[in-house]
Amino acid sequence: MADVIKKATRDGYADGLLAAAELYPDLVVLDADLAAATKSGVFKKAYPDRFFNAGIAEGNMIGVAAGLAATGRKVFASSFAMFAVGRAYEQIRNSVGYPHLNVKIGATHAGISVGEDGATHQCCEDIALMRTIPGMTIINPADAVEAKKAVLAALEMEGPCYLRFGRLAVPVVFDDDYTFEIGKGVELVGGTDVTVIATGLMVNEALIAAEQLKAEGISARIINMATIKPLDKEIVLKAAKETGCIVTAEEHSVIGGLGSVVAEVLSETTPVPVVRLGVNDTYGKSGPAVELLKLFKLSAEGIVEKVHEALALKK
Amino acid sequence: MDSAKKKQLQELATRIRMGAVTGVFHAKSGHPGGSLSIADLLAYLYSEELRVDPQNPQWEDRDRLVLSKGHCAPALYAALAQKGFFSEDELLTLRHVGAMLQGHPDMKGTPGVDMSTGSLGQGVSAAVGMALSAKLSNKDYRTYAILGDGEIEEGQVWEAAMFASHKNLSNLCLIVDNNDLQIDGRVGEVNSPYPIPEKFEAFGFHVVCIDGHDFDQIAAAFAEARTVTDRPTAIIQKTVKGKGVSFMEDVAGWHGTAPNAEQYAVAMDELTAALAQIKEG
Repeated sequence: MADVIKKATRDGYADGLLAAAELYPDLVVLDADLAAATKSGVFKKAYPDRFFNAGIAEGNMIGVAAGLAATGRKVFASSFAMFAVGRAYEQIRNSVGYPHLNVKIGATHAGISVGEDGATHQCCEDIALMRTIPGMTIINPADAVEAKKAVLAALEMEGPCYLRFGRLAVPVVFDDDYTFEIGKGVELVGGTDVTVIATGLMVNEALIAAEQLKAEGISARIINMATIKPLDKEIVLKAAKETGCIVTAEEHSVIGGLGSVVAEVLSETTPVPVVRLGVNDTYGKSGPAVELLKLFKLSAEGIVEKVHEALALKK
Repeated sequence: MDSAKKKQLQELATRIRMGAVTGVFHAKSGHPGGSLSIADLLAYLYSEELRVDPQNPQWEDRDRLVLSKGHCAPALYAALAQKGFFSEDELLTLRHVGAMLQGHPDMKGTPGVDMSTGSLGQGVSAAVGMALSAKLSNKDYRTYAILGDGEIEEGQVWEAAMFASHKNLSNLCLIVDNNDLQIDGRVGEVNSPYPIPEKFEAFGFHVVCIDGHDFDQIAAAFAEARTVTDRPTAIIQKTVKGKGVSFMEDVAGWHGTAPNAEQYAVAMDELTAALAQIKEG
């Protein structure tokens, strides 16, 4: 695996913004004084007249984004997931969601892979919060390629969209010719015994887990679920019917994230065992990101463990 | 301002008051006090100041008005109806199930409403975004936001104020309706936002202080705001909450209470008498 290329999804976000700048001359990008970290600074450098640092004031930034969108502009508002969603939840809900304005939220530093900054900056609740807003689209890309394509896809759609990016450089999974479509899960590996539905940086871990499981004689289907909302119910129901049990894997709380979404959908029509891998109702902590991911079992090993649990539950 | 113009504005303001009180009465809930205190302001805005077209509510180059103190929607709706954005009959179903007029302004459902508001402190940020957008596009439309004096206790108002002056948004005009009352009493006793003019000055605004029930002063303030080219303007208007309905005037209890049938009749009698007096006078 020496030739694996690693790139953070926040860098894919920057790639997407640059590509979008040419396509949409009216696009404006806002950040709350974190442009260097969120990578919206790349856009700032190239298009200084279309970038605004709103200062350390996320609530106002979201409101300003809403006002810009209300005049017909395309807007990205950027900050860390913790502050974009946590601090400005109600502004997103009332000023963006309720009027269904065309505001895209580019939130980076999601999950525990923020690393050393620790619990106050490691947002594992953002998907849960955004899911509750009617009409909100939620995308959690697996790698930098998908991140770039997600930015462009988000700008093509009308209405609010929450895009979730990470700080940590993670393996690039997809080729440039990968087709990304909002609301579509993608089967990356075929399998018949169990399905692992993964999102974000857990997708690459799921691919590694599939190899390990194969060596054990377990045929695991791997699905990349970049769009959390609206969920691709079809691919989930098909997986449940065909493999009989599901493991979800996400760098997010097991409460309200991908695991919850999948369990909700399946419990209504196709109840099969769903075992959730995620952050277990706890805060993150300081440490190098890679070590933290191991500690929280957000890894191929963690997925393999959950697959064994799921298979044991399968009738 | 000549007396004919003043008469016309007073008449419009009274009709807005009647519409607001009527809407709240039929809704059996809502916020008459702060609606009545901004009736004169709305009359002036829709009659003289705002470049809007009721036939084309989504007109790209229209002036924007954000009612940041969204609970005073009854007055805004009454003004929009007077202006011809929709029928006055809509006021009779304010807050009813299936009706167009929601408890707080809904930009998606109501012609003439430029921003959905209701959660205090948020509308002003949206207004700042609209003003910024105009500057970026070199468009000459202006953006206005009406804030409550209690509302400015919200921190977001000051985040927005800081941003607006930092970006020199001279096309933005905030109006703070200083009726001195919020739900729990005098704003100065609840969590004092005073002194208001000095605060906006400190945040880089051009500030004009007026009596919000004096049309000469209202006209002068908006004219002055148009002459400012390097910063946003904040008009601080001193008003009486519940203005125009004697028993509602300066009483905190009328912040969010609907009149009963008897009270409604008295209120409408007073406003009808006021209208007759304006016409005669």
